[in-house]
Amino acid sequence: MKTNKSLPYLFIAPALLLFTLFTIYPIFSSFFLSFQSMEGGKYEFTGLSNYTRLFGDDIFWKALGNTGVILIVQVPVMILLALVLANALNSQLLKLKGFFRVSFFLPAVTSLVAYSILFSIILQDEGIMNTILGFFGIDAIQWLGDPFWAKVSIIVAMTWRWTGYNMVIFLAALQSLSREVYEAADLDGANRIQKFFHVTVPQLKPVILFATILSTIGTLQLFDEPFNLTKGGPADSTMTLGLYIYQNGFEYFDFGYASAIAYVVVLLVGILTFFQFKFTGDKS
Amino acid sequence: MRKIGLYSLLGLFTIISIFPFYWMFIGATNESGKMFTNPPTLKPGDQFMTNLQNLNASIDLGRVFFNSVFVSGVYVIVALMVCSTAAYALAKFEFKGRNAIFTTLLLSMMIPYQATLIPLFQLMSNFNLLDTYFALIVPQLCFPFAIFLLRQNFLAFPTELIEAARLDGAGEMRIFLTIVLPSMKPAMAAAAIFLFMTQWNNFMWPLVATTSNEMATLPVALSSLIGLSIIDYGQVMMGVTIATIPIIVFFLALQRHFISGMLGSAVK
Repeated sequence: MKTNKSLPYLFIAPALLLFTLFTIYPIFSSFFLSFQSMEGGKYEFTGLSNYTRLFGDDIFWKALGNTGVILIVQVPVMILLALVLANALNSQLLKLKGFFRVSFFLPAVTSLVAYSILFSIILQDEGIMNTILGFFGIDAIQWLGDPFWAKVSIIVAMTWRWTGYNMVIFLAALQSLSREVYEAADLDGANRIQKFFHVTVPQLKPVILFATILSTIGTLQLFDEPFNLTKGGPADSTMTLGLYIYQNGFEYFDFGYASAIAYVVVLLVGILTFFQFKFTGDKS
Repeated sequence: MRKIGLYSLLGLFTIISIFPFYWMFIGATNESGKMFTNPPTLKPGDQFMTNLQNLNASIDLGRVFFNSVFVSGVYVIVALMVCSTAAYALAKFEFKGRNAIFTTLLLSMMIPYQATLIPLFQLMSNFNLLDTYFALIVPQLCFPFAIFLLRQNFLAFPTELIEAARLDGAGEMRIFLTIVLPSMKPAMAAAAIFLFMTQWNNFMWPLVATTSNEMATLPVALSSLIGLSIIDYGQVMMGVTIATIPIIVFFLALQRHFISGMLGSAVK
């Protein structure tokens, strides 16, 4: 079928134009900006100075460490939880499936700002979380005031927000798995837990990889939660790379330095994605 | 036995998922101090109107709500046009550079948003577009994930139908609008919900792109409330409720399309 040669380009032109202007151009522009610093009122090329400055910047290392800790704890916990819930919802005999699915997904619909603020109120020293813990005889925890618990708060909040989202992705994949493999496992006398780890998880590997990469990218950009929940505190214990980029760019107006941190994030996304592909041995 | 365990597990997670929303409603209808009592206040109070008035006095609620609705509404319509035409071209036409364009779009999803934030800000600033609806709406109109989602669905549309329409002499735009799109309603609905949610909940870009209170969107205005030295929690909870209820209603109304749309894109 012959069609006019320019026609496909006409269809794609608006998207391409917007994409070039507002995505491609900024990506390159911020890369060049990361080699510049403000000297006497205007930006000058200063080589790697922004990057070398990072090495001596304690807050940067703290932000990197915090982001790493949150990543290492939060993503696996959430993925496992999402898998368990998806597996439970996929059960043949279960009633109220639609209700559970919508309930679990509901947190993923709300804005990051709204739920961060909500959690900041729930987690106050005198807040309802501590009141509930009190009923079980657990002493009040300084959720937002203690460096360790502040990180836990961020992790709890993120897990609440995103587990249902990942669950839906896994549920979709589960529904496309063939029943025969499970019947074979039944014949071999596998129990539920064995089936989960030896039949379900291996078959879902590509989807788990997909969800893990998405969550990793999301966590490396973490901003809304610390900004609204803890402001990065106490003592920078919840400072993240995303928050530090914002502070440098829009509070100190050091665009060059902020861009350099942004490119560290780009690099990390690249490296982690590469290793996640490698680790799971997926060639595509 | 096993069933009881399953339902208890799911019940527990339902409570964990839903309780914060209930607590938000409790907060919005009670005085500030009622959120910190022991035993906790679990019943709705009668301070709904007071909290609403106080919130309105703090953030010009009508204007901010309008900004969020207007920006999200216009965004969804224009973004759907931009993304669906692009997705259609990528799914149904052979042309030079098609794969390169598609790969670049996909790869761009891996680039953290923050790497584009500062140049975008400078761009808007240089053209004096900060604090305008243009700045809030236009930069994210080409949304790679929406293109990806729509393309997956367009691929499944029978090419023979398009060719038959061409033989009948229909123009390409007419084929797209009157033959392809009508059968793509579920996919378009899923993309629309996704785009609406993204824009309604967007925070970082509106935070840097708006400087005046008149142009703030709901998340930005909400965030400004907790920066105050004395926080009126009743008012804040009312704000959180107003930012959350519309999106939940929107989602519940269209959740079938949304979940099936998400499912489709995740597995294919």
